[in-house]
Amino acid sequence: MLGQTPYQPKTWIGRWLEKRLPVISLVVDQFVSFPTPKTLNYWWTFGMVLSVMLIIQLITGIVLAMHYTPHASMAFDSIEHIMRDVQYGWLIRYMHANGASFFFLALFIHMFRCLYYGSYKAPREVLWWFGVLILLTMMTTGFTGYVLPWGQMSYWAATVITNLFSAIPEYGDEIVIWLLGGYSVDNPTLVRFYSLHYLLPMIIAALVAIHVWALHVVGSNNPTGIEPKSLDETVPFTPYATMKDIFVVAVFLLLFAWFLFFQPNYLGHPDNYIPADPLKTPPHIVPEWYFLPFYAILRAVPDKLGGVVAMFASILVLFLLPWLDWSRVRSGTFRPLFRLFFWILVADCILLGWLGAKPAEGIYVEIAQFATIYYFAHFLLVLPLLGLFDRPKRLPESITAAVATLDEKKAAAAEQAALERVMRAQDAEDRAKAGDTATAEETAKADDAAKPEPAAEAPAAGEPPGAEPAAATEDASDVQREKAAGERGSAAGAPDKKD
Amino acid sequence: MTSKLISAATCAALALVLTTATTPAKAAGESLKPPSQYWSFSGPFGRYDQAQLRRGFQVFREVCASCHGLKYIAFRNLGEPGGLEFTEDEVKAIAAEYTVQDGPNADGEMFERPAKPADRWPPPFENDVVGALANNGVAPPDASLLAKARAAERGFPSFVIDMFTTHQEAGVDYIYALLTGYEDEPPEGVEIADGLSYNPYFLGGNAIAMVPPLFDEAVEYEDGTAPTIDNYARDVAAFMMWAAEPKLEQRKFIGVWAFLYLAILGALLYLIKKKIWRRVGH
Ligand code: HEC
Ligand code: HEM
Repeated sequence: MLGQTPYQPKTWIGRWLEKRLPVISLVVDQFVSFPTPKTLNYWWTFGMVLSVMLIIQLITGIVLAMHYTPHASMAFDSIEHIMRDVQYGWLIRYMHANGASFFFLALFIHMFRCLYYGSYKAPREVLWWFGVLILLTMMTTGFTGYVLPWGQMSYWAATVITNLFSAIPEYGDEIVIWLLGGYSVDNPTLVRFYSLHYLLPMIIAALVAIHVWALHVVGSNNPTGIEPKSLDETVPFTPYATMKDIFVVAVFLLLFAWFLFFQPNYLGHPDNYIPADPLKTPPHIVPEWYFLPFYAILRAVPDKLGGVVAMFASILVLFLLPWLDWSRVRSGTFRPLFRLFFWILVADCILLGWLGAKPAEGIYVEIAQFATIYYFAHFLLVLPLLGLFDRPKRLPESITAAVATLDEKKAAAAEQAALERVMRAQDAEDRAKAGDTATAEETAKADDAAKPEPAAEAPAAGEPPGAEPAAATEDASDVQREKAAGERGSAAGAPDKKD
Repeated sequence: MTSKLISAATCAALALVLTTATTPAKAAGESLKPPSQYWSFSGPFGRYDQAQLRRGFQVFREVCASCHGLKYIAFRNLGEPGGLEFTEDEVKAIAAEYTVQDGPNADGEMFERPAKPADRWPPPFENDVVGALANNGVAPPDASLLAKARAAERGFPSFVIDMFTTHQEAGVDYIYALLTGYEDEPPEGVEIADGLSYNPYFLGGNAIAMVPPLFDEAVEYEDGTAPTIDNYARDVAAFMMWAAEPKLEQRKFIGVWAFLYLAILGALLYLIKKKIWRRVGH
C-alpha cells in the first residue's frame, strides 16, 4: 500500500498508551487516514454492509440464545415462546432469520464485484482466499442455524445434507453416524448443531478480521484495476469512504426493513412452521434460497458421490481463480469479452438458483446438468482461454489518466456544469457585494470551481467546519488530510465530481 | 452510463435470484391454486378487523375446537392489544368455561379445575392417536400456526409481485379456499377412500380426512353478519392468522416508522456524502 505517515498521538496520555498498546494509531491509520482509491464506486460499499449484517446477526443471535432451548422436544416450542411471550422476541427472531438472507445477499454482491473487477488477482490472492473461507463458514453457520427451529424443513434439510456424507466410500456410513450422534437426526444432532452455530460466527468474526488485515496490507482494488500511484489518487478512508458506506448501509437496511416488518416469512418455507416429524417426509425438501445454486449442482450429477464432489468443487474452484484467470489486465472495465462472459456466468448462477427450487425430474435435470457444466467451464476453460484471446482495451497510465479518458461524455457534462457554476458564482458575488455575508463561503467555493486548476484551493472553503467528525478530534490526521487535499487539488483534472 | 446500466442489470438479476429461488417446487398435477382474497391485515398498513376476529373466534370455538387444538394461545392472549381485545372480565369468563388439568395436589392427585387467563388452550384430544382414531385416521393438526404453515403455491409471476405488495396471506387464502372448496362428489375417475372428502384445494392430495366442518347457519352471529359458509370461512381464517401472528399489528406499526426513519436517514446521509465528496476532484 502507499506509504502514509503514521499517526502520532498528541496528548501525553495518548503517547503513554501508544508505547504500551498502539491501538489509537492502529484505528486512525487503518480506519481514518487509510488511503482508498478515489475512483471506488458503489459496489465497494458492500464490505461495510457485510460488517453491519455480521454485527446484527451476532447481537440478535446472542439474545435468541438467551431464550432458545436446544432440545428436540422443546426447540420448536421455545421459538414460539420467543415469538409470542418474549418482549420484542418476534423482532429479534425475524431479524435473525431475515438477517441471514440479507447477509448472503450482500455476500453474493460483494463476491460478484470481485469477479467483475478482478479483485482476486495479485497481490490480493490471500485476501480473496479468506473471503472464500468466510463464504464456507457462513454456509455452515446458515445450515446449522436453519436446523435450530426444529421444523419440518429444519429436520429434513439436516437429514438430506448429513446423508451426503454417506457417499464417502468405505467409511461413509460411520461418518454419518458420527456426525449425527446416532442413526438418524435427533436430539444429539440438534444440540451439536446448536453448539457449532454458536461457535462458527465467532470464527467468521476472526476470519473477517484477517480479511480486513489482508486488505489493509495490499489496499483496495478499484474499478480501473490500476493501483494508485500516489496519494493524489486516493482519499482518506474517513470521511470519504465511511460516509459513502454508511449511506449504502442505510439503503440496504431499508430493503431489509421492507422484508423484516412487512413480509418476514416471504423468504422462509411455510413447512418450517410444522414441528419436525421424523415419520413424515415433506413432498419437497427445499433449502434456503442462498443454497439453491449449490443444491442444483448437487442434484445435477446422477451419481451421489459425484454430486457431493461437484457441489464442494463449485466453491473450491474459487480458490484457484487467481491463477485460472491469468490475464494481466485486472478490471473487467477494459476486457469486453471477459465482461460478456461475466454476465453469462451471472445468468448461469441465477439459472442454477431457479433449478435448485424445482423438483429434480424431467427437463429440469437436463438443464441443471448443462448449467453445472457451464459453471465449471467458465472457470476451467473460458477464463484461461480468455487470457489468450481477449483483446483488452489500451490501459490508461494511471487512475488519474483513466478518469480523464474513461468517459469523455462525463467530462463534457462536467464542463457544462462548471460553466453554470461560474454563472452562479457571479450571481453570488453580486449578492455578497450587496452585503450578504452568509454566501461568502459559497462564493469562495464557486471561485475555485471557476478555475479549472485550483492549485491554491483554500482549505477553509473546501472543508466546511464540523462536517468531519474525525477531524474534530484528531487534529493530526486533519493536518495530513489538508496536505493531501492540497496535493489533490493540483492533480485534479476537470472539476468533475463522481460519486 | 454503461456502469449505470450494468448496475441496474445486476440489481435486476439479483432480485431475480432472490425471487426465483423462493418459488416452492411444484409437484406433478396437484391441488388448485387458492385465489387471493381481501384481508384487512394485508399490506404495510394492514390491521386486524376486531369484529371479524371475534366472529372468527366464535366459529372456532363452536365448530373447529372440537377437533383442533390451539396450544400456543393462552386465554390471556384474547385480551391483548392488536387482537380480540376482550376485557379482563370477559377473558376470565371465557377461560372459566374450559377445564384444565392441574396438580398434583396435597394428596398427590391430579385434578381438574376451571381454566384461568394464564392457562393455555386445553387440547381437544388426549393425544394424537385418539385424535386420529376419531378422524378417519388423521389427527387434526394444531391450529395455532396453520395460517403460516401451508405452502400454497403462488406461481409465477405472483410470487415476484408479492415481494412488492408484501403479500403474506397465501396461508389464509388457502384456509378460506379449503373450507369453501369441498365438493360433494369427486370428479369422474377420481377414487376417494371411505370417510375422506374430496377437496380440490387440499395440499395433501385432494382427499382430506376432515369432514366438511361448516354449513350455513351453523353459528349464530350476534352482529348481523350473514350466517353463511363464506363468512364463517373468512372470519375463522382471519382468526387463525391472528393466532399464528398475534404481534402483526405491532410489527407493522413499528415497521412503518422504522421504514420512514431509514428513508429520511438515507436521504440525509446521501446529502452529507455528496457534500463531502464535492471536495474531491477527479
Ligand atoms: C371433525 C373434526 C374436525 C373439525 C370440526 C374441523 N377439522 Fe379441520 N381438520 C380435521 C382433520 C382430521 C384434519 C386433517 C386432514 C388431513 O390431513 O387429511 C384437519 C385439517 C385442517 C386443516 C389443514 C389442512 C391441511 O392442509 O393440512 C385446516 C386449515 C383445518 N382443518 C381447518 C379447520 C377449521 C377452520 C375448522 C372449523 C371451521 C375445522 N378445521 C374443523 C378435523 C376437523
Ligand atoms: C454469521 C452469522 C449468522 C448466520 C448467517 C446465522 C444464520 C441463522 C439462520 C439461517 C437461522 C435460522 C433462522 C430461523 O429460521 O429461525 C439461525 C437461527 C439461530 N441462530 Fe443464527 N446465524 C448467525 C449468527 C448467530 C449467532 C452469533 C448466534 C448466537 C450466539 C446465533 C444464534 C441462533 C439461534 C439461537 C437460532 C435459533 C433461533 C431461530 O431459529 O430463530 N446465530 N441462525
